[in-house]
Amino acid sequence: MSDKKEVLFSKKNRKLLTDPLNDNNPVTTQVLGICSALAITVQLKPAIVMAISVLVVMSVANVVVSLMRNLIPSRIRIIVQLVVIAALVILVDQVLKAFVYDVSKELSVFVGLIITNCIIMGRLEAFALGNGVWKSFLDGLGNAFGYGWILIAVAFFRELLGAGTLFGFPVIEKLGLYEIGYENNGMMILPPMALVTVGIIIWIQRTKNRDLIES
Amino acid sequence: MEELVNIFIQSIFIDNMVFAYFLGMCSYLAVSKTVKTSVGMGFAVIFVLGFTVPINFLLEKFVLKSGALSWIGDSFIDVDLSFLSFIMFIAIIASMVQLVEMIVEKISPALYGSLGIFLPLIAVNCAILGGSLFMQERAYDSITEATVFGLGSGIGWFLAIVAIAAIREKIRYSHVPAPLRGLGITFIITGLMGIGFMSFMGIKL
Repeated sequence: MSDKKEVLFSKKNRKLLTDPLNDNNPVTTQVLGICSALAITVQLKPAIVMAISVLVVMSVANVVVSLMRNLIPSRIRIIVQLVVIAALVILVDQVLKAFVYDVSKELSVFVGLIITNCIIMGRLEAFALGNGVWKSFLDGLGNAFGYGWILIAVAFFRELLGAGTLFGFPVIEKLGLYEIGYENNGMMILPPMALVTVGIIIWIQRTKNRDLIES
Repeated sequence: MEELVNIFIQSIFIDNMVFAYFLGMCSYLAVSKTVKTSVGMGFAVIFVLGFTVPINFLLEKFVLKSGALSWIGDSFIDVDLSFLSFIMFIAIIASMVQLVEMIVEKISPALYGSLGIFLPLIAVNCAILGGSLFMQERAYDSITEATVFGLGSGIGWFLAIVAIAAIREKIRYSHVPAPLRGLGITFIITGLMGIGFMSFMGIKL
């Protein structure tokens, strides 16, 4: 086993964790998982809850599928993967309902939609099915962080510019910007602006890293 | 009847899967490079949504909902299986997609030729599971309403993907700033189309 000789945090393993944060970001570069990403970014709190849920589901699903990778017949692998993910999502959903009921209500169907979040399926297909447990775990963590920070960044700007608050705390009002004539941009709260915000993040990212530009 | 037309219009335009809820974005972005493939994908989505939503409605009504099992006997009246809905819905969807694929292959090889490659993609299209979950959340009364909702959502998704594919075909000839080319501009255009679709808001028949 070559796995055992490798140090736990070798350079290669660190790369698994850091690559998805920027150059190989699941949302902006691999174009996965946008489905459930955008609808819940009106405020920071649900976005963070969503990011954590995806983190849990993704890392555990990667580990489970990686453990089973030699047992799953390739013809039915999609159904097996879906069942693993669905079982984990049910767990997350029940935990959310028990501990943060209001956020869980706000997320409504989007918790369930983690099941069909293409990032998770994509990483299971592309990585966990062919790699060891520890590597798959790191890959899951890395991609979930990459997904999470986009989510939180979008939510940060939408809540700040749209409602003038952060985590419900009235930042703009405390700064006294309303008195000098500042107004909230109500448009940021509307769904289409989430797409535009992500578009702008992609723009900034690709301006910095020209290798990613599509011809 | 009026109610049905209302649900239909609403699910196509106002609660559009793509513009209002961002559902099915992955395949929406991946398959919208040319109009031809996007039409195929759009039809496949209408097809599968039209099947899975009513089936999941029956499942919800007779198995999953709190008290739904009362048709077995009085002792089942308190059983609430709704926490199982995710896994049941996705199982139905995955097996329905498989089934639809086989039936289409048998009955109409020509249709299979054009839809075939998209069907496996659909099992993990969030719009399909989203359709079933919205059906559950909005608690439609009858199976006709659920079917109409499923078809309407499918048609809304079809319109969205064909429209963006047409725009993307044309935009190839424009001078988009290099870092925005491809994915970035597609996001922004979708946002602008979403704003356009918002003008349907408030229409009630």
